[in-house]
Amino acid sequence: MKLSSSAKVGAVLLGVFLIMAVLGPWLAPFDPELQSLDHLLEGPSRTHLLGTDENGCDLLSQLLWGARLAAGISLLTVAVCLSVGTALGVLGGYLGGWVDELIMRIVDVLLAFPGILLNLAIVALVPTAGVGVFVFALAVNGWVGYARVARGQVLQLREREYVQAARAIGARPGRIMLRHIAPNILSPLIVQATFGLSGVILVEASLSFLGLGRLHSYSWGSLLAQGTTYLWRTSHLALVPGVAIAAVVLGCNLLGDALRDRLDPKRVR
Amino acid sequence: MSSAYLRRRLLSSLVAIVGVLLLVFLLVHLIPGDPVENLLGERADPADLADMRACMDLDQPLWIQLLRFLRHVFDGTFGVTCPDRARTVSSLVWAALPPTVELAAAAMLVALVLALPLGVLAAVRPGSVLDATATTISLAGISMPAMWLGPLLLSVFYVQLHWLPGPADPDGLAALVLPAIMLGTHLMAMLARMTRSSLLEVLSEDYMRTARMKGLSSTAVILRHGLRNALVPVITVAGIQFGSLLAGAVVTEKVFARPGLGTLLLEAISERNYRVVQGTTLVIAVSYVLVNLLVDVTYGLVDPRIRVKS
Repeated sequence: MKLSSSAKVGAVLLGVFLIMAVLGPWLAPFDPELQSLDHLLEGPSRTHLLGTDENGCDLLSQLLWGARLAAGISLLTVAVCLSVGTALGVLGGYLGGWVDELIMRIVDVLLAFPGILLNLAIVALVPTAGVGVFVFALAVNGWVGYARVARGQVLQLREREYVQAARAIGARPGRIMLRHIAPNILSPLIVQATFGLSGVILVEASLSFLGLGRLHSYSWGSLLAQGTTYLWRTSHLALVPGVAIAAVVLGCNLLGDALRDRLDPKRVR
Repeated sequence: MSSAYLRRRLLSSLVAIVGVLLLVFLLVHLIPGDPVENLLGERADPADLADMRACMDLDQPLWIQLLRFLRHVFDGTFGVTCPDRARTVSSLVWAALPPTVELAAAAMLVALVLALPLGVLAAVRPGSVLDATATTISLAGISMPAMWLGPLLLSVFYVQLHWLPGPADPDGLAALVLPAIMLGTHLMAMLARMTRSSLLEVLSEDYMRTARMKGLSSTAVILRHGLRNALVPVITVAGIQFGSLLAGAVVTEKVFARPGLGTLLLEAISERNYRVVQGTTLVIAVSYVLVNLLVDVTYGLVDPRIRVKS
């Protein structure tokens, strides 16, 4: 498969993010929460490659640990959304009738909450929000997009000859959905998941930026919030987490665009 | 527009609003633990706990709570704040609404004013340097986290250059510029990408060739025949996104320390004032549903092709 150069850039950005997430804790030179009162708000130096924050914590170590947190939450959320959304979308699209009606009405209700509103309300009202609560809050309405894509695809596939053939030889609906339909609708769902990953990263960062959920101090959103309060004194504290978030989101968008163009026959150039 | 389409659209909006009401009502019950203990702490005075419970109707059976919640919604008060019972939630929400709507409208203006020329320039010469620049700008706009862009704008235009007012300065149109750019950039990038792809599609239509063959100048062809048709989906998405701007205002208002719905919501969250959280969420979600309905209906009226199809 030949990749466009923008897809390569996207893949590299996401690859670096994943490596940081997997190896981060071993690569980190310091404990991310270790405070060093002799080194407050320092710029990049040989011991602290990205400098330190107002508590003297090493920014590079925080960034690496934060990458693991961001990757964990976002991949888990996307996995939950992808499975729940695909299951419900396939179920609704294939069975039709009241099942479809019910699922689509739930989708309508969840779509009525714009942007981060519902996620914010959930994380905010839980007294101590851990990773599980974050994933739950992000997944509550995150599955909706996948369900809509899956349902649309199933409606097209339902009347195809090979599905009818499977039905004719007596395959049960469950088997048809799992074996014959689900594998054939995966490509648009993977595109959706690529964009979904960037969405989840942004929402998670926004929530921690707002100081909600009290996850670790080294979550990228919290680092950014902390950096912006010191913006009038030093710029690197806000620059580093900002660049990190933007790079991951950019990587998802580049890769998502490239995958979509490749999978859409109308867009072949 | 056929009345069947209109009826179906109205019905689905109604179902969505009923669902929103139920979900917002249940929000307090869905969270783990006792909401009153979450609010006052486990070791609070039992009398305070009981008073709070009574104020929030939590001492009643669930269905009575629901009926009272609905009564508060339909009499327009959204209930009183607890435990002081001094103000209605709606008085707080209505006071916070104008600055947020103002901010969202300004952000929409920023988004449209920048997105349309960017999209058109990119579509007219696909593959050119101009196209590449416009595409890069919109890609950057989509990938840039708003909560990073805002502080960066502040540090450049307020702290360093002193060109524009910052958070502490008195209100005015100039004070709206940076927040509007922060809130509108993401939408701007989305709309620019949409304008480009929509116009590219329209430019390859037969009626464009006809218009060109009539001897019209290329500017007239692109603006009058192309853009007019290409804009329909773009304007629709812009309309639908207005509600997202209301929600996105939470982060913008925090960065620029502006009053508004977002600030009210964050204050209510930190005080664990459930009623205000419910009221604010409800107002934003319901206005989002209504704006969507309005956009869909107008869309049907404006574009004859949709009128016939539906």
